[in-house]
Amino acid sequence: MSDLLFHLFALLSVACALGVVFNKNAVASALCFLLSLVGVAGLFVLLDAFLLAVLLVLVYAGAVVALFLFIIMLLDMQGGDRKRFTKATLLSSTVAAGLLVTGLVSFASHGLVETADPATVKVVGSSLRAYAEQLFTVYLLPVQIVGFLLLIAMLGVIVLSKKFEGLEDVK
Amino acid sequence: MFDFYFELPLLVRLLLQGTVVILVLFPLAAACSMAERKISAWIQGRPGPNRTKPPLAGFLAPLGLVASIPVLGTLLQKLGIFQLAADGGKFTFKEDPVPGHVNKFYFILAPIASMIPALSTVAFVPFGAYFDAAGELVPVALANVDVGLLAVFALGSLGVYSLILAGWASNSKYPFLGGVRASAQLISYELSMTLSVLPVFLWVNAPGGQGTLSLFDVVQSQSQPGFWGGTWYVMTMPVSAFIFLIALFAETNRQPFDMPESEADLVGGFHTEYGAFKWSLFFVAEYAHMIVGSGIFCLLFLGGWNPLPWVPLATVIDWLGFLPFAAHPLFVGLLSITLFLGKVGFFIFFFMWVRWTLPRFRYDQVMTLGWKKLLPLSIANLIVYALGIAWLQTR
Repeated sequence: MSDLLFHLFALLSVACALGVVFNKNAVASALCFLLSLVGVAGLFVLLDAFLLAVLLVLVYAGAVVALFLFIIMLLDMQGGDRKRFTKATLLSSTVAAGLLVTGLVSFASHGLVETADPATVKVVGSSLRAYAEQLFTVYLLPVQIVGFLLLIAMLGVIVLSKKFEGLEDVK
Repeated sequence: MFDFYFELPLLVRLLLQGTVVILVLFPLAAACSMAERKISAWIQGRPGPNRTKPPLAGFLAPLGLVASIPVLGTLLQKLGIFQLAADGGKFTFKEDPVPGHVNKFYFILAPIASMIPALSTVAFVPFGAYFDAAGELVPVALANVDVGLLAVFALGSLGVYSLILAGWASNSKYPFLGGVRASAQLISYELSMTLSVLPVFLWVNAPGGQGTLSLFDVVQSQSQPGFWGGTWYVMTMPVSAFIFLIALFAETNRQPFDMPESEADLVGGFHTEYGAFKWSLFFVAEYAHMIVGSGIFCLLFLGGWNPLPWVPLATVIDWLGFLPFAAHPLFVGLLSITLFLGKVGFFIFFFMWVRWTLPRFRYDQVMTLGWKKLLPLSIANLIVYALGIAWLQTR
């Protein structure tokens, strides 16, 4: 049963992720992204990480994609013609694809990721308490740093995109 | 008596339970539209729908007999009960127009998508409780999970997509504006809503506990003995309850926050191009969201199925001890569900009362209220309560 569900959710998320890339219509892309997120949330549920699944749906599917759609509709973006390949994009995409293939091949052939005994792995995502303890002890610094990075990125976007010359109140 | 039921496979039982809950919620949401018409009529001093006879009464004599029952038939007719059946029939059988300029796939997808979050959020809402053989209170819910409240918020937040899709797929100006407004409004008020319930869970998750976001545990913590144990959170956290209620109005697109619809300036908002059954699906979804949202409010702030503050369900069962079946799980369950639905019903009435009393906000007022007033207020509320709870709940 859970194997079947895994395949279903995996297929859903991968197929919809492809749909995000290949759709010409921006709104349809955003909706594919939404479905892809739902598929990933389903995978989290199969891993007993209920909190992660719910947070993924709440934050990304519930708010971020709604923002995407809001922006797409506000700017009324029409999917224009794709840009032709230039030499630079051709080179960079070849390098990126090569890196991806190398990574996958080395992962498949050497398999250096140690498979730990499932009995010894501590399940920290299943209960809220265990999750919170990890978040506020082991991962406290990384979480703070990521949050700080996001804040900086947000401020940077505001500074870059806003024209400050004409505004009286900024001075 | 119910042994045969528990012998069924789990999947079949869950399917049955889900079907039953949807079979109750869907007509309840439809009945709300009738209640809205009667309440609006009452508030505006007119009779409202009061003439419809039972459906097909002219063709089938037995059906007409319902109306000729001396007092009851007239009363039902005056209450407009049969109008509900007439409305349902009309929405089902009238022509379902699909305008030529719409994006057909998404136009049809939108009303269907509106039903998914509306009917699935109810799975995480405990709507009653009973005592098992060991005397422990067991919630009546489809899924009583640890992350109950977050799950409701997560699924409920998906409801906005049907509005956005409807507005976008209609491919004309006013619905489009309605869809844009819907997305902006729902994001704005979701923040305040989530922040406003945090003090409740800070208080429920006392140090040393297991850590929970379950709605059942919130009700349990409001039915403890003693003065503070039996207090409802609406008394100890009135600001939280107030912010949550306002955000609930905005999240369910009810007046004075019905920006996506606002008939005065957007014709019909996101559903301008819709008619017949598709249109009615949007409204069933809106009322289902209202029912579930009111249920969450009752669970968080009004003690769920406890009849009165300081009077938990167990006390009432003790009072009713003279009845031979008072301790029967079925009786306790039905009693608690009735109490809970009573509170929910009051809130449905409150929603309608506000709708027919207050004028609609302007769009900029909605945004100002959400970002400049409600959000700072909810953050301040959270900080004050966090400090207070840290001071009160010593380790």
